[in-house]
Amino acid sequence: MIMVLNNAFDKNSLELLGKARELANKVGYRVVLFLITGKEENFERAGGYGADEVVAAVHPQLKRFSLDPFLRISERVVRRYNPSIIISPATTFGRTLLPALAAKLKTGLTADCTGLEIDDEGNLLQTRPAIGGNVMATIKTPNHRPQMATVRPKTFPIPRYADSKKAKVVIEKVTDEDLKDRCFLLDFKEKEMEANIQEADVIVSVGKGLRRKENVEIARKLARLVRGAVGATRAVVDAKWLSQDHQVGLSGKVVKPKVYIAAGISGAVQHIAGMQTSEFVIAINKDKYAPIFKVADLGLVADAASTLEEIARRLESLREAGN
Amino acid sequence: MNIIVLVKQVPDTENVKLDPETGIMIREGIDVVMNPFDSHGLELALRIKESRGGKVTVISMGPPNTEEVLREALALGADEAILLTDRIFAGSDTWATSFVLSEAIKRLSLDFDLIVCGEKATDGETGQVGPEVGALLDLPVITYVSNVIDVSDGEMVLERSVEDGVERWKVKLPALISVMRSVAEPRLPTLAGKKKALKMEIKVFSGKDLGFNPKKVGLPGSPTRVVSVFNTKVSRECVLYEGKELEEGLKKIIEILKPFVEGDGR
Repeated sequence: MIMVLNNAFDKNSLELLGKARELANKVGYRVVLFLITGKEENFERAGGYGADEVVAAVHPQLKRFSLDPFLRISERVVRRYNPSIIISPATTFGRTLLPALAAKLKTGLTADCTGLEIDDEGNLLQTRPAIGGNVMATIKTPNHRPQMATVRPKTFPIPRYADSKKAKVVIEKVTDEDLKDRCFLLDFKEKEMEANIQEADVIVSVGKGLRRKENVEIARKLARLVRGAVGATRAVVDAKWLSQDHQVGLSGKVVKPKVYIAAGISGAVQHIAGMQTSEFVIAINKDKYAPIFKVADLGLVADAASTLEEIARRLESLREAGN
Repeated sequence: MNIIVLVKQVPDTENVKLDPETGIMIREGIDVVMNPFDSHGLELALRIKESRGGKVTVISMGPPNTEEVLREALALGADEAILLTDRIFAGSDTWATSFVLSEAIKRLSLDFDLIVCGEKATDGETGQVGPEVGALLDLPVITYVSNVIDVSDGEMVLERSVEDGVERWKVKLPALISVMRSVAEPRLPTLAGKKKALKMEIKVFSGKDLGFNPKKVGLPGSPTRVVSVFNTKVSRECVLYEGKELEEGLKKIIEILKPFVEGDGR
């Protein structure tokens, strides 16, 4: 059995269901979606995305992830179902619960996979970027079960919904004992969703060549237009133009978008190591000899801020013409 | 308040070189430094100690040269440093590493109110050892801590940064937290601190000292195995536009970005 474990019936669940179904078909396994979540939904629909069964622990207090109750419930259900494989999204949820669960189950866990295959013996082949992003390592868990992996969101396509298939739904009872917690949520402040650089298809990344903090707004505007995220060099983060979650590089995040725009970035090695496996790289820099051009597919020798502004202006007028 | 900080030595990625042919990081001759995320965790621990008293103990599992990193922690103000080093620990995956760290804390009967670790290490980038150690020690765990608001006897209040916003949690101590860099900006070591650290003892323990079975640690004790490592180096030929050609380059960029303006990109 392949179990997809998540805290919401969301796109990440669907993406993993699609992959789980594909792997399960090769070896004749069942696919179970295991949700620990705050609200009841039409879980049957998961059948249309590849799940044979949904087991759902639903309680308003499980709306936001907290390790104590989630670990208690997940350990109990996993021991009962005894899956061969458990996969979860590599979100703050998956990257916290799965290590704790793997520790309790005394088994292996591979973080942030970008590729999953299964061999004839049912071994999960888990591929993840190793240091610098351009070296990939394939890892397996030969003698321990379950085999566990977190998967970077947006790695696999969302399967097409097949209306005719309905999953069996099993509701897992949540008791007061289950909800005991040594952590108490005091409040939650929603922030305007700025796209995560590790999930974005397009990253508009900025360096000190942007000249002024105010010019970061231009990058933000362009990123919004292309539904992408804003990235930054370490220097920009150190100057507090942007927060650390924007930082691309070995001391920030290693990214692999479809298009990476390096604006006003000269190309320090530790930055390049964080973006060199992007599918297409556009570099904009005034200095023709900047190292960033060596890892770019298309380069403009120009001022970064005004070029970003011009690109945004043209895309905006294109969008308006299209409506 | 007694605080344990788990630290890892990593290659100094700020000064890293890449092989021009393969794009692979050259590890030979690269200095080792304290994992940057752990430095922020250590700073947080030192500040809590300075305001509330107590002791900061740094623990690392690693090769003998990890002593340098632990010495640096002592120079910054840590009170005690423990190095778990043995060839039998080599090749540990995150499970085996977490097992050794958590068992060492138990077997050395270390007294603590809080365990702090960095969100992840800059080399392995798994971020798994913190929550694994927390689970093995049956502690409450808060990950992705971006800010510590208040520390008092028996509990602390902190902010956790997640995908859709910021949560504020109150957690009972003892607990384990894994921290993001924003929790505290690390200080620089002083000359006096360095001098003092040179005289301090780093407590070194082998697997035997702590009664570890060689089959339960290191590579033999690791559930995961690396099957293969391969290189995805892409060679690029940059088409450079300058001067009068800039307009042509701009048009190309618009063509490339146009498809992303509509649709959610999945």
